[in-house]
Amino acid sequence: MRQAQRDSWQALFAFAALVAAVTLPINAEGPRIYVLGLGTEAILILLMLFLTAVASVRPAASDIADLMLLFFVHVGGYFALTLLPAVADGAGWGFWGLVIALWLLAWRLVTGLSALEPSNRAYAMLLKIVVPLIFGIWLLFLWEVVVVGTGVPAVLLPPPSAIWARITTSTDILWADFNQTFLKAVIAGYAIGCASGFLVAIAADRSPFLKRGLLPVGNLVSALPIIGMAPIMVMWFGFDWQSKAAVVVIMTFFPMLVNTVAGLAASDAMQRDLMQTYAADYWQTLIKLRLQAALPFIFNALKINSTLALIGAIVAEFFGTPIVGMGFRISTEVGRLAVDMVWAEIAVAALAGSVFYGVLALLERIVTFWHPSFRT
Amino acid sequence: MTNETTTRPSSILAPDTPPEKDTVIKVDKLSLTFQTNDGPVHALEDINLEVERGEFVSLIGPSGCGKTTLLRVIADLERQTGGSITVNGVTPREAREKRAYGYVFQAAALYPWRTIARNVALPLEIMGLARAERTRRVADNLALVNLQGFERKYPWQLSGGMQQRASIARALAVEPDLLLMDEPFGALDEIVRDHLNEQLLQLWAKTNKTVVFVTHSIPEAVFLSTRIVVMSPRPGRIHDIITSNLPKQRSLDIRETPEFLKIAHRVREGLRAGHSYED
Repeated sequence: MRQAQRDSWQALFAFAALVAAVTLPINAEGPRIYVLGLGTEAILILLMLFLTAVASVRPAASDIADLMLLFFVHVGGYFALTLLPAVADGAGWGFWGLVIALWLLAWRLVTGLSALEPSNRAYAMLLKIVVPLIFGIWLLFLWEVVVVGTGVPAVLLPPPSAIWARITTSTDILWADFNQTFLKAVIAGYAIGCASGFLVAIAADRSPFLKRGLLPVGNLVSALPIIGMAPIMVMWFGFDWQSKAAVVVIMTFFPMLVNTVAGLAASDAMQRDLMQTYAADYWQTLIKLRLQAALPFIFNALKINSTLALIGAIVAEFFGTPIVGMGFRISTEVGRLAVDMVWAEIAVAALAGSVFYGVLALLERIVTFWHPSFRT
Repeated sequence: MTNETTTRPSSILAPDTPPEKDTVIKVDKLSLTFQTNDGPVHALEDINLEVERGEFVSLIGPSGCGKTTLLRVIADLERQTGGSITVNGVTPREAREKRAYGYVFQAAALYPWRTIARNVALPLEIMGLARAERTRRVADNLALVNLQGFERKYPWQLSGGMQQRASIARALAVEPDLLLMDEPFGALDEIVRDHLNEQLLQLWAKTNKTVVFVTHSIPEAVFLSTRIVVMSPRPGRIHDIITSNLPKQRSLDIRETPEFLKIAHRVREGLRAGHSYED
């Protein structure tokens, strides 16, 4: 079932890196510390990592090798994190050898899992979640280890652990900002922008005047950096969330307009002729045929707009806002060099944006199940 | 040019049928010219045709002869540029608005977001029929085309032949007296096509509808029709009209009989003559 036919170079290099890990000191400053001098647990873990590397060299390694990888790579990762305080002043090559070995073995693990083609549906579903999860965890692991191990100043890039600590201690602030920016500005602006874009598209579809006049303008406006309108919106609608919602309305209106108009033309001639043979009136044809055929386009706009709305609301807050909001927090905390707070806000925005997009994508799957890209 | 039929279909019709001919479609000196960038295209020229109630008329000819265009004029999907046409005694537009016909396209044109049952129910929803009536008609017509058990399937889960049968059920659900069919089996393989031809003939015999059927297959035209209209291209016109004397009840075996072959031969001759200036 596995595609790779050559031996896994990741496993081979991991073996070499593990040799470095046990022979070189893990710290660069002060008295040298060796990983094997840290007690029986450390020795056992290193031994297991060696065995895992050897077991996973063969491309068609057994399920046991995959399970060993899955287990010991993460035990090893946890072990490396426990070493971090000891190497905070400067990590030695022994430590980097361990990190590189773990990274290569994790790579080997993800490669192996990606190549699996399970016939069991539930198993395939699980794999679909597990692979990106492992990938993401190891990205965070490397971020943490590299930032702490090389002593990157927290102002430039805080480690994930510091960001997480900030998130857990500042939930009330983060919630207030999320409420202000996402639940008020983004949701209101998104709903108004998408709904009005949709309605104007239907009007434009019926009226040649609007179609000829408004659509070229729409295409032009979608090419403009609309965020430049934010200061004007603040002048018009005041400092509170309404002005941010207005920016979001402008940003989401035209993508929805242009996509819906394209979607309304998406039904094919024979499907429309069919409606004509039934002497269907305009609204029957619109609802039973043209809007149905337009749904994939409309969902496309909804997904594009979910991203645009979040960007628009956050950036608009840079131009004047009450003392709450995600954009406000980002711009003020970066000025106070509290970068962990900035990252915490970014994490919240990323999570909110992903959930928003994910819900839309799921809804799209349910509503346009018939589309060739979703058929089962 | 034999333009008039003498065979009047043995009428099983209601007593209010007028004593003279019961003409469903009357086409008189009809012409249609499309204006294109390359100049005018004469799709139809001087078409004269009458179709009686209960007839099965096939329009046959090479591509570009206007057979589909003629069917679309009857259905009010195109408008003629000259001459006149009536359907059930009124203009095609009025006939369409009264839902006088069912139209079957070259492709099934089922809506992929509707199940088979709801596709068949589509025209009924548009006509504003009550739910109970819709349910009855959907069940009846799906049974008629042997698609029971597929009500809840989606079109893309069915084979091409089944999809086309569903589209026929959808046309029949309107319960029209007139059925317009535009190469409905053109995209199907020969075995499926034979099978559907047989089913269509049984259906026609059972329901006594008037059918106008566009095809480019000679065996199909001869097997199905009571009259065959042979058309020739550029400009599209009627070359010959052949009345078939084959019995109304036919099986596929009839295609081996001398009578069948004689009619097929005459159709082929007509097609060749209408085509002679080419190749």
